[in-house]
Amino acid sequence: MMDTSAAQLHSKRAHVLASTSTIGPALPFLVLLIVGVTLPLFGGGYWGVIATRACVYWVLVSGLNLVVGFAGQIAIGWVALLTLGAYTTSVLAAGNVAPPLSPYLALAIAAVVGAVFGLIIGLPALRLRTFYFAITTLGFATIVTQVALAWQSVTGGGVGVPGPIFPEPFSSLWGFYYFCFGLAALCTWMTANVASSRYGRALTAIRDAEVAAEASGISKPALLGTVFLFSGAVAAVAGGLFATLQSYITPDAFTLDLSILFFIAILIGGRGSILGPLLGTVLLTVLPEFAAPLVAWSTFLYAVLLLVIVLAIPGGIAEILDYKNRRPLESDRAIVPRPDVLARLFGPLTDAGALTLEQVVLSFGGVRAIDGLDLEIRSAQVHGLIGPNGSGKTTTLNVISGYYAPQRGEVRLNGAVLPVFARHRRAQMRIARTFQTPRIVGGASVLANVMIGGTIDGEATFAESLLSLPRHRRDENMLRDTAMLALAAVGLERLSAVRADRLQHSELRFTEIARALMLRPAFLLLDEPAAGLSAEEIGRLGALIQAIARAGTGVLLVEHHADLIFDVCHHITVLNLGRMLAAGSPAEIRSHREVVNAYLGG
Amino acid sequence: MVQSIVLSGVAVGCIYALIGITYNVMFSASRVFSFTAGTLGMLGGVLGSLFIARMGIPVALGFLFVLAAGAILGIVTEIVAVRPVLKSLDQHLYVLSTLALALIVQQFTAIEWGTEARPFPRLFDIARGGFDQQFWLPMLACAAVIVSLELLYRHTLVGRAFLAIAEDTFAARALGLPERSLRMASYALAGVIGALAGFAGGEMLLAFFGNAPLLTFYGFVPVALGGMGNNRGAVVAGLLLGLFQQTANFLVGGIFASVAVFTVFILVLLARPEGLAGSAFQRRV
Repeated sequence: MMDTSAAQLHSKRAHVLASTSTIGPALPFLVLLIVGVTLPLFGGGYWGVIATRACVYWVLVSGLNLVVGFAGQIAIGWVALLTLGAYTTSVLAAGNVAPPLSPYLALAIAAVVGAVFGLIIGLPALRLRTFYFAITTLGFATIVTQVALAWQSVTGGGVGVPGPIFPEPFSSLWGFYYFCFGLAALCTWMTANVASSRYGRALTAIRDAEVAAEASGISKPALLGTVFLFSGAVAAVAGGLFATLQSYITPDAFTLDLSILFFIAILIGGRGSILGPLLGTVLLTVLPEFAAPLVAWSTFLYAVLLLVIVLAIPGGIAEILDYKNRRPLESDRAIVPRPDVLARLFGPLTDAGALTLEQVVLSFGGVRAIDGLDLEIRSAQVHGLIGPNGSGKTTTLNVISGYYAPQRGEVRLNGAVLPVFARHRRAQMRIARTFQTPRIVGGASVLANVMIGGTIDGEATFAESLLSLPRHRRDENMLRDTAMLALAAVGLERLSAVRADRLQHSELRFTEIARALMLRPAFLLLDEPAAGLSAEEIGRLGALIQAIARAGTGVLLVEHHADLIFDVCHHITVLNLGRMLAAGSPAEIRSHREVVNAYLGG
Repeated sequence: MVQSIVLSGVAVGCIYALIGITYNVMFSASRVFSFTAGTLGMLGGVLGSLFIARMGIPVALGFLFVLAAGAILGIVTEIVAVRPVLKSLDQHLYVLSTLALALIVQQFTAIEWGTEARPFPRLFDIARGGFDQQFWLPMLACAAVIVSLELLYRHTLVGRAFLAIAEDTFAARALGLPERSLRMASYALAGVIGALAGFAGGEMLLAFFGNAPLLTFYGFVPVALGGMGNNRGAVVAGLLLGLFQQTANFLVGGIFASVAVFTVFILVLLARPEGLAGSAFQRRV
């Protein structure tokens, strides 16, 4: 009882911490807001143009940041969407193809066109790896410029078209500046909302730990598609504003240099940050103005900067600003799980029946990795899977998770056949797992990592998160509370605010378990959770696993540590060369002659 | 008319194929696709024009200088942009580092050489004819590269070592092959091939800094269609690409040609990310 109230206290404190610390991170944005609003008091006309340009660029970069910085997709040709937006807005407002439209309406249509093309450019990212996707976006940028040049009847070819002129009060220099500044501020707010939502965390999971994202029920196509729509829309809006700022656009205005500027602004700023890329954009826009002779060399210098950043400081400005995470951690910190918290975390679990494998056969070429395996994992029990290296233990986990399609046999959940390859749907069925090598988002906090595990329990749509509507805030509070409970259960709550890549190996293993617990799993698949742990930690892990089973979860434990297996399992299956060598209670296995000879070395 | 379309199509296709081979040679040695492939082609044209037309160096000597410059850029790519990130787990880093290097070279060219396309000198003092040197030079270069690579890989020890590295880096290292030197040699070789492509196609493409991104993209299309690391696939796909592009250019205009090439490229990649011809682990050449 006392422990439960302590956990409550902890989660309350986390709340308080979180709410006070929202002012800290917001401070730089407030300063930028005040500077931006009062800018006309300081500078002359030319600086107004530069400041407007920075705002326009940021409108685009803010969206691109979600693609590059958060989702980790190397989109280097984003200038194509700027071009598209600029021409769509200008052509519609000038009336080249239809009666002239109001600039606002033209801008809105451009946003829709941009969203569609953002999706089209983005779709290949679902199948293609880094370089392929990068070159696809590059090719798209080349082609958009060629089309703009060649399609003379609409775009005016090399002669160009005039940019749209917004009516009063946005027609003057500073009026237009405030218009752009307002949109830039709006984009900052919206992307910051997404960044701190389950969508933002899911994007970083796709970037750094794709399999963990899948195991947490994150659907990559749906999420990336949404982000590409958003990013394309804001890029096209930026294009419309850019056309007005230039007052006249020709294909020459949209060189690849601009694309590089956007892209590098994000990398200088640091991946997975909003403030960093914002500062990066301002810096790259303003810097050349201070040194006029450098203007011609600016793209050259950006490229040098890119090389330096990639080779020397991959974290960018954001990492330099992240002083909190440079404080040393305590060196003698112990992981003390609190299994009693599990009851509160799980609530009443409904009996999920059993997860069964029937005569599963899977071969790679001529090698039979699994050869006719039967397995039954019942709820509230720990099922141990042991065997020498190469006996098919992890392969069995991967078949259950849907990474491999068995050639024969079936995996059933409570009688119903599990669909093969629909990996992210395992989470909806409350099947959670951990990995042999922890799959963690290194740049995110431990808390954020654990919250990724609860992604599917959020209710707010992407649009609601963009605008921080009530359901989004409710999701966040719920996920944070649950994650703090999960961290308390595995004994890591004191490290919740620490960047995950600063943890020790054993702590990462427990972080993964906490993330899996977020699903309130009916079945939990643990892939060698004790590897790399100290004897003391293995003891605590064992107690935790037993408590998880007592709470109603069926656990499949793949392990090499025989002691742990015999301590915690209700039932053990021994594999050898993909076949079942023996199965039974720990006592039966311990006395099984073949097992002892082949494996336990007794 | 048909004749000139076919000639220019095959010639351009040969240039694309050579850039594709440049990609492949670097890829085989390091599993890295480098953005500098197109930059090498651009440099071949610009340096050829610089050495021969502007500085008046004899054609043969200028040609050798161009190839040497290509080799140097290849080695620089390996040292600066590839070696430091090879060990990194973060797979995307090489994309950024080679992109950065490609941009550095491209921008430097734009500033020092100028942003206008300048003419490339005629290499042989013979009258223009139907089957002009601007067409047969790229074809000759492409044929020469294919034959030499074949001889190198099949009949020399170094060539076999290249193949071993491409097949399995770890096993090759365990056998005691000097992996790092072989990788540098591969990059130098790729640099020579890339520069040769730009030099041979100089008269068609002109000495223009903007050729770099174009060649980077159009040179990768054959790699994507032909299968990565597969030089034969690259040559066939390169020729088809060149012919298709020139025909479409003539029949329906440039917009359609570019859009069509791009669409085919994306569709093929989506349908068969490993390329139309075969797998990633096919034998090279």
